[in-house]
Amino acid sequence: MTVAGGATSSGTGHPAPAIQLRGINKRFSPVHANRDVNLVVPAGTIHGIVGENGAGKSTLMSILYGFYQADSGVIEVGGQVCPINSPEDALAAGIGMVHQHFMLVDVFSVLENILLGAEGGPLLAPGMAAARKEIARLEADYGLEVDPDALVGDLAVGLRQRVELLKALYRGANILILDEPTGVLTPQEADRLFEILRAMRDRGVTVILITHKLQEIMAITDNVSVMRAGQMVAHRETAQTTREELAELMVGRKVLLRVEKSVAAPGDALLRADGLSLIDAAKVTRLDGVSLDLRAGEIVGIAGVTGNGQSELLEVLSGILPPSRGRFTVHDRAIDQDHPCTPEEMRDLNLAHVPEDRQRMGMISAFAAWETAILGYHCDPAYTGPILLKTNAIIDDTDGKMARFDVRPADPQLTSDSFSGGNQQKLVLAREIERQPDILLVGQPTRGVDIGAIEFIHQQLIDMRDAGCAVLLVSVELEEILSLSDRILVMFEGRIVGEVAAADADARIIGLMMANAHEKAETEGAAAHG
Amino acid sequence: MADPSSKLPTWVDVGLLPLINVALAFVVSGLLIAALGQDPFEATWIMLRGAFGYEESLGYTFYYTTNFIFTGLAVAVAFHAGLFNIGGEGQAYIGGLGVAIACLALDQYLPFGLLLPICILAAALFGAGWAFIPAYLLAKRGSHVVITTIMFNFIAASLMVYLLVNVMIKPGQMSPESREFTSNAWLPYMHEVLGWFGWEVAQSPLNLSLLWALVCCVLVWGLIWHTRWGYEIRAVGANADAAVYAGISPSKIIILAMCLSGALSGFVGINEIMGVQHRLLLDFAAGYGFTGIAVSLMGRNHPVGIILAALLFGALYQGGAELAFENSAFSPDLIVVIQGLVVLFSGALSYMLRGPMERLYLRLSPGRLVEG
Amino acid sequence: MGEDFLLIILTFDATIRVSVPLILAALAGLIVERSGVIDIGLEGKMLAAAFAAAAAAYATNSAWLGLGAGIVASVLLALLHGFACITHRGNQIVSGVAINILVSGLTVLLGISWFSLGGQTPPLTGDARFKSLTFPGAEAVRDIPVLGPIYSELLSGHNILVYLAFLTVPMVWWLVYRTRFGLRLRATGENPAAVDTAGISVIRMRYLALILCGILCGIAGSYFSTGHGAGFLREMTAGKGFIALAAMIFGKWRPVPVLFACLLFGFLDAIAIRLQGVELPLIGEMPVQFIQALPYILTVVLLAGFIGRAIAPKASGVPYVKEH
Repeated sequence: MTVAGGATSSGTGHPAPAIQLRGINKRFSPVHANRDVNLVVPAGTIHGIVGENGAGKSTLMSILYGFYQADSGVIEVGGQVCPINSPEDALAAGIGMVHQHFMLVDVFSVLENILLGAEGGPLLAPGMAAARKEIARLEADYGLEVDPDALVGDLAVGLRQRVELLKALYRGANILILDEPTGVLTPQEADRLFEILRAMRDRGVTVILITHKLQEIMAITDNVSVMRAGQMVAHRETAQTTREELAELMVGRKVLLRVEKSVAAPGDALLRADGLSLIDAAKVTRLDGVSLDLRAGEIVGIAGVTGNGQSELLEVLSGILPPSRGRFTVHDRAIDQDHPCTPEEMRDLNLAHVPEDRQRMGMISAFAAWETAILGYHCDPAYTGPILLKTNAIIDDTDGKMARFDVRPADPQLTSDSFSGGNQQKLVLAREIERQPDILLVGQPTRGVDIGAIEFIHQQLIDMRDAGCAVLLVSVELEEILSLSDRILVMFEGRIVGEVAAADADARIIGLMMANAHEKAETEGAAAHG
Repeated sequence: MADPSSKLPTWVDVGLLPLINVALAFVVSGLLIAALGQDPFEATWIMLRGAFGYEESLGYTFYYTTNFIFTGLAVAVAFHAGLFNIGGEGQAYIGGLGVAIACLALDQYLPFGLLLPICILAAALFGAGWAFIPAYLLAKRGSHVVITTIMFNFIAASLMVYLLVNVMIKPGQMSPESREFTSNAWLPYMHEVLGWFGWEVAQSPLNLSLLWALVCCVLVWGLIWHTRWGYEIRAVGANADAAVYAGISPSKIIILAMCLSGALSGFVGINEIMGVQHRLLLDFAAGYGFTGIAVSLMGRNHPVGIILAALLFGALYQGGAELAFENSAFSPDLIVVIQGLVVLFSGALSYMLRGPMERLYLRLSPGRLVEG
Repeated sequence: MGEDFLLIILTFDATIRVSVPLILAALAGLIVERSGVIDIGLEGKMLAAAFAAAAAAYATNSAWLGLGAGIVASVLLALLHGFACITHRGNQIVSGVAINILVSGLTVLLGISWFSLGGQTPPLTGDARFKSLTFPGAEAVRDIPVLGPIYSELLSGHNILVYLAFLTVPMVWWLVYRTRFGLRLRATGENPAAVDTAGISVIRMRYLALILCGILCGIAGSYFSTGHGAGFLREMTAGKGFIALAAMIFGKWRPVPVLFACLLFGFLDAIAIRLQGVELPLIGEMPVQFIQALPYILTVVLLAGFIGRAIAPKASGVPYVKEH
């Protein structure tokens, strides 16, 4: 394993690298997001940077783009030391960036968005005329067709991304950073994007591609750098490496989260969903005909790339959103658009929900821990009399929960945000699990949680299952899905695209399913090897 | 509006920083007085004496305090639900209308004991009703509550002029006022009540409303921190997504909190109409609603803080009137200036000193930083 | 007929006069809100400018110096708003309220201290006021039917600030839709992160918008005391800042519709007095208070989404913080 500052094989005598980073450090008070990061990106190549969620890739690129300033370290562009303190500096140095969340103004036309910041003079008209011509040229050169007069808000995601690319190219970027560009794209759109990126490389543009998807790295990059826990752990020439090696480098010597568990003995289906669909306010289909059974005594894992409908599935099943079409039953209660069920009623049906994002939903930062510990159950007669809350009873109850779930510091009076992520999650979990629900919906149970707490949380979920609870587990951590689930469903674009029994589960197959490419890849793979 | 990201201990955040902010407002006021060629210390002394120096002045101070407690609580209740009710002015005005209608309709028939609860109810209902429309429009149609409540202040003003000029005016009278209520609809003055117990004090407009204001403080405190409705109000105000997750309907809470807020503002009508004026007239609520914003900000939306802040503003009003009486260089408008400065420093600039304070605190006590 | 026509002309003439500060202040509000800052302190800025203009005009006997002082006072308050809400990320509503309250007291306090007239300034005469401009030939054509009165009464005979206010509408339109500044301004109010990543300072854009807002409110305020009126009276803006705010919303944050909203609200103001006690066909006698309240009622109805949808710039009211 090479952990080195230099590129592995960029050779000598070649032109200066497009980008060279030396000893970049960045801290966000408790988190060391980038630690002594070195990187060399040869000019005119597509360079991949891979790593798991939270490995520090996005922070590094934000530093390169001047959005954050590094605490220490040197940035060189084209062989020259180039202090970048703002996006303005980055743009001046020829660096453009396509952010994961597009930086577009929805009510502006494509043309206006491209012009923003590069208007070409105090009046818009001359700049607009020039921009039209230039955009037409860029469109032809790179195959970036998009109507310059369309409102960005009306465009599909793939087209918005093209606008972002055009923005960067229009400003003369010859180094382009793309942050998880395919996270929101369909496979076809992603293929189109890759063609465009190749066209760019052929015209001398240097592309830096940040992703956590290995198939993309293999498909399009020339070189790849791997990040893990804020550090750069390896640089490879793509042709000289394999997915397996990269996967290993990405995950490192991370303890394999093997959880001791017996074979499940599933009972009756407690929750049945039949053709659930959800269409949001923007008329986008978020869930598309989801059907599933959740049986007592089993953990069903939902795998998928973020944003493929998992969050919406949890929100529909927990009563936060009514389904637009289809129905589901919890015990014997049927729920559909005309017969919605509030989260409160769901709790009465003995369904508990650990939400994906505890900061946003699972707790209230400003509330004392004892107040967060009854969120959703605050009308329970154990916690409230006809008028007054039984504060003392709640605090005693929270004391017990904190002791049993090892929440530290065990002080119910502290505000919820003064606990670490793991302790917050344990508090939320205690709240939901101690009700002994029949059905437990869990989203990202270990996001932002330290290793010690992860094991504890996983054990709790297994214990729930063994006690006969039906558990639905949503996680973007494939490892977690694989180690906990008895059955795995894979979601893609709001649909369930595959089901695998735990015994047959294979990370590779599931990974392909998550990209909805398993059948295609299987056949292609067979053709290539055959 | 506690800031969860604060790195400071509670006593600095809730106690020291607000005090420093208020002190800044007074320092700037003092500089202004000096700039006007007057002696700020002398002015302060006159104001203090004018507010607390003798029985009658104390009565006036507490009478103003009563109004500020009502409007301060009103702003605070809405704040806890994450709402800015800037319509206290109009709600107080309409609350007074409710009291007047009840008194005018019933004072011939009912004794005081029955009239009082009816009037309290009328004040609450009318104030709440005036807040309900903006609340409903926010909850169901997403209309910006700050703008709608401002508009409702002006609509209330026009409505009251119309009613007083055309409908409720006492026949054969020029000034737009209703007839005076019969005396069984008068809330007893404090000097009368104390007189019954043999404690003779000077006459002042202070009446029994002060007790009701203090009762309201206790009720609001209990409601916000010790009932499930208060829990739901605070949950919606602090994190609406989490509230929805918990099965709380933000729409219902918005309407509940705004109506409570409007009802509290409406109680200004009890103090003013039933307690002091004994008839309906124009502009009796002038300024109290807006001062409520300052009171609530200064009192950190907590009843105890609100009582203290209301007392401060009551003293400012009374002391300021005294100051204007003694020294013609001042007008009661000095109080308005100080009030503006308090809103500026305690409200708009409340984060200004937090950064420097955090650095200072870190330097003074390294390692005692609350872990974030 | 002739008399009725003249009455109509006079009503429109009055409409123009009362619409001037509305137009200027509503456009001021439009510019700041387009940058993502809510400003309910339009009222306070106008009142401060009205006082400063009257005081300076009285002292110097120059309406122009008065106007300058009015603008300076208003811009300073705009910068105070920026200091609180942009630099220190304070609550924009609270800051606006603070400025309104502060000014309402300060103008009277200073007025009493400086002029000892119970908060007023001494009446302004001569060059201390903006004089009416009479268009060439206005007297000559007065007797020509229809066009004569329109020219001599409606178009001619206003002071320069009136013409300036109407000229401001196309200027603001041009600034917002046809210039680099305008593009950046609109983007800042919709998606400040996009502006930031395009290498433009959000803070600078918002401060610039506030300064422009201050200038326009300054002119509007000066108009009260040195154009429309002749001296400062306490609370002389009388809630016009809030009507302007309503007009800005009613015009959906676009200059030309905002102009028409201001003219509509100004018209309601102008006819309210005339309609007092007048029996109208079908409706009967219209309470003057109802007409006075109509701008506010219409704005509430609009905000409730019953006549079209008023969609504010997406980022207005939200302090800009870079996300981690």
